[in-house]
Amino acid sequence: MKLRYILIGGLTVVLFLALLVGVGWYRSGSIEKVSIGTPNIGGPFTLTDGDGRTVTDQTYRGKWLLVYFGYTYCPDACPTGLNNIAGALKLLGSDADKVQPLFITVDPARDTAAAMKAYVAAFDPRIAGLTGTPDQIAAVARAYRAIYQRVGEGEDYTMDHSVVIYVMDPEGKYSTVLRHSLAPKEIAAALEELL
Amino acid sequence: MKKFLAALLLIAFTAPASAHEVKIGDLLIVHPWSRATPGQAPNGAVFMKIENQGQADDKLLSASSDVAAMVGIHEHVMEGDVAKMRPVDFVPLPAQSTTELKPGGYHIMLMGLKEPLVEYGSFHLTLTFEKAGSIEVEVQVEEAGAAEPTH
Repeated sequence: MKLRYILIGGLTVVLFLALLVGVGWYRSGSIEKVSIGTPNIGGPFTLTDGDGRTVTDQTYRGKWLLVYFGYTYCPDACPTGLNNIAGALKLLGSDADKVQPLFITVDPARDTAAAMKAYVAAFDPRIAGLTGTPDQIAAVARAYRAIYQRVGEGEDYTMDHSVVIYVMDPEGKYSTVLRHSLAPKEIAAALEELL
Repeated sequence: MKKFLAALLLIAFTAPASAHEVKIGDLLIVHPWSRATPGQAPNGAVFMKIENQGQADDKLLSASSDVAAMVGIHEHVMEGDVAKMRPVDFVPLPAQSTTELKPGGYHIMLMGLKEPLVEYGSFHLTLTFEKAGSIEVEVQVEEAGAAEPTH
């Protein structure tokens, strides 16, 4: 009689200890965990390019992406950033083929595909101007942790928006951010190190 | 001969300064410039340097132009990585100092351009100051992404 209780008790203790060891083993990292060193920036998106075609993040796989948010009604920050990107492309020479700059609007209500195409062409036709539905724009902004906010009433509203340039590697993974106000040669130098 | 010399002097004194600047009262307005309109963009910005050479503070209160439906003064502010533009009532011009309207800072905003601004073109802009009064200046159009005036 007593022996059975002892055995059951013993087994329970052993199982309990095994559980503790198992948990400890797991938490000590012997089992591979997701890396926590890199910010979770980027991800799938679906947008419309300047010719009205649907594009996704997959469309650009194999290229280093420079992802920059803005809008065509923006007279200050956007021309500055796009000009710096365009200048960097020219400095990269043939290496520019490995890079695909994307200018994504935060103002899809006013920025049509045609407007985006005409806008980026003024800086460099290699830059892709992308728009989409408000939901698609919200989704890509969320993926990049980019902020945008409508300000003002009526037709002449402006947009507050993030102005950093997100650099994504050819597999679509986040690499780094660059300030939009960096001079073309600084952007080119930063990219040359990655390419 | 005298008439010729007089005419020459007159031309010398009234010819526009090659440095593209204009004086009103104690203010020297240096090189008003803008950027060529990218694509169909309906807005534009005008930048310039204003030297207040006098002893009294002044303010740039407003601007107007035939090239746009509406003209206002905006300040560009960075909050972390987010760019914000806000309308302001004036640009302060302290005495004995130079204030620069430049990309990333203050600018005169042209809203609803009637025609795209063309590189190397120019247009007229009227500036109104609190003390110095109003003056029409010529704005020179640079490249679409120019960070500073080239000439």
